[in-house]
Amino acid sequence: MSLQSWGMYPKVENEVVKFTSQAELKEQVNTADELIAYGNGRSYGDSALSSTLVHTKPYDYFLDFDETEGILHVQAGVLLSEILEGIVKRGWFLKVTPGTKLITVGGAIASDIHGKNHHIEGCFSECVEEFTIMLADGTTQRVKKGEELFLATCGGMGLTGVILDAKISLKKINSQYINQTTIKTKNLKETFDAFEEYSSLPYSVAWIDCLAKDENIGKSLLMVGDFADDGDLRYKPKAKLNIPFNFPSFTLNTLSVKAFNWLYYWKSQDGISKQQVHFDSFFYPLDSIRNWNRIYGKNGFTQYQFILPKESSFDGLERILDKISKSGKGSFLAVLKLYGKENKNYLSFPIEGYSLALDFKIEDGLFELLDELDEIVVECRGRIYLTKDVRVSKDTFEYGYPHIEKFRKFRKENNMSEKFNSLQSKRLGL
Amino acid sequence: MSYVLIVGAKSDIAKEVARVYAKNGYNLYLGARKVNELEEFKTDLEVRSSVSVELIELDITAYETHQSIYESLSEKPLGVVVVSGYMTEQHKAEKSWDESLNTINVNYTGAVSLLNIVANDFEEEKRGFIVGVSSVAGDRGRKTNYIYGSAKAAFSAYLSGLRNRLYESSVSVLTVKPGFVNTKMTEGLALPQKLTAEPIEVAEDIFKAQQAGKNILYTKWIWRYIMLIITHIPEFVFKKLSI
Repeated sequence: MSLQSWGMYPKVENEVVKFTSQAELKEQVNTADELIAYGNGRSYGDSALSSTLVHTKPYDYFLDFDETEGILHVQAGVLLSEILEGIVKRGWFLKVTPGTKLITVGGAIASDIHGKNHHIEGCFSECVEEFTIMLADGTTQRVKKGEELFLATCGGMGLTGVILDAKISLKKINSQYINQTTIKTKNLKETFDAFEEYSSLPYSVAWIDCLAKDENIGKSLLMVGDFADDGDLRYKPKAKLNIPFNFPSFTLNTLSVKAFNWLYYWKSQDGISKQQVHFDSFFYPLDSIRNWNRIYGKNGFTQYQFILPKESSFDGLERILDKISKSGKGSFLAVLKLYGKENKNYLSFPIEGYSLALDFKIEDGLFELLDELDEIVVECRGRIYLTKDVRVSKDTFEYGYPHIEKFRKFRKENNMSEKFNSLQSKRLGL
Repeated sequence: MSYVLIVGAKSDIAKEVARVYAKNGYNLYLGARKVNELEEFKTDLEVRSSVSVELIELDITAYETHQSIYESLSEKPLGVVVVSGYMTEQHKAEKSWDESLNTINVNYTGAVSLLNIVANDFEEEKRGFIVGVSSVAGDRGRKTNYIYGSAKAAFSAYLSGLRNRLYESSVSVLTVKPGFVNTKMTEGLALPQKLTAEPIEVAEDIFKAQQAGKNILYTKWIWRYIMLIITHIPEFVFKKLSI
């Protein structure tokens, strides 16, 4: 059975191999012509697709938990959701988590994921103390912060080897709830101002209305917050809803328009409102719906996520949002966020500035539109997120990532470029 | 917290069952042959869920050892989950008596030997639960796997009788009938995706059904209806079919 990515596009045949020991993996690395690690299939595009996939999810043992230091040692296939099930009750939380907890630790490192607290805590690699990786010749190596293999692997899209296990540092919490403030803004200027005003709070993200036009461009709901302090840690994950089949694709926008408007007009009546919400609904609103990717229909979808440096963000976002709203394509909702400083990893996505992410179902004319948006991103000296991407051009990619040559050289010197490849790495010559 | 004994603990389903019970705060005895191979898994459970896990060397076909193994447990378990099973290739079993006998012994005789002992203890204590993982293959013999299927049929009948006997002692007995499950045992078989469960789904279904005191669990649920149809096909038609 072939595995696919979260966007269900492209659909390609692949051979899936599993391993339960390093010896088994070594044999596969030695015998396969080329391969790429595949965790839980939550990257959207073609970064974890190839003719041979090493399915890392079954490699999922917890190895050690140092509760005094808050350092957890797990194998790479462990899901963030499994970590939370184990640690929240004991008063710990992930330092950095993306908008889904259904990703593996190996995937979190390979994408160097980030979350609502990027402006404070940075990327996932910040909390990675060390990891073990299997290299192209089948040997394993322990890698510590600061080493070149660390810089190339965190954000390196699995192209340096197969990550085996990692030690990650956690943060203390004293509640499973988040004190959330929701700020209603009327346009992009107000949204930016609100991000700056609340930037001392650890978590922030905005839902932005992509259909808003003219003076309303950038109309948003900004949600900021921090953990409560009520001592309630009795965490019990809820059962999930399931989407058992692919939706006809027209339903989605109607649903999200209604949801947003309901929130926008009712939930935060006077512009600013406060709520206490569970961390699951604060961080992972879509995880409660299994297979939500099916709502875009059987042809699949892609998520377009870019980031612009702070100084060009306002102008660039206004132009891009204008183009999207006029195109009539794209999801009605997009996620906007202010990021903190960039790190030293060769291919990590975040830079200081604003990032926008929105979904597009795959249809005729889409890639032409995205190419036009790319032009604005390039003019603004921004970049595209590889974990979401399935179509960016080599040129656009290279403009955005100044360390790419170092990455390519490192791969070449260590014989990684022949062994570890994805459809994406071939497309972009990574 | 109470202990649950999982028998046949090395199987993919058993490991997920262990994780679900650990997640819900139960301590565990993991019983299997060459059980020391589960050392890393024991650590996994302990680190994940902060529960106690003991490894128990247990061969389901070494009947004479069952009594002493059960008596040696440091604390009597509240529940026993028998997952041990062996799926032979039908054509092999047809040609080899050893293969047939082993299939019967692992899937049936051994489970009876162990559960007789457990049942006597639970009956006296008037508490506890027993879960036996049988199979939909036991619902009707088919030419493609009736040696395995008939051993599972016997196990299902045993569990049914046990449930009947222990009802008055407030001991619950759950018969689990998985359909296709994506495990090492079925690796290489072309299973229809929509009818195939992941081990973790089976484990979660088992935990829920056991906690709710259910009698018979089909997992995935759709197998109840598939088997309802299969068991109702008249024999004069059935004997001509290849399913």
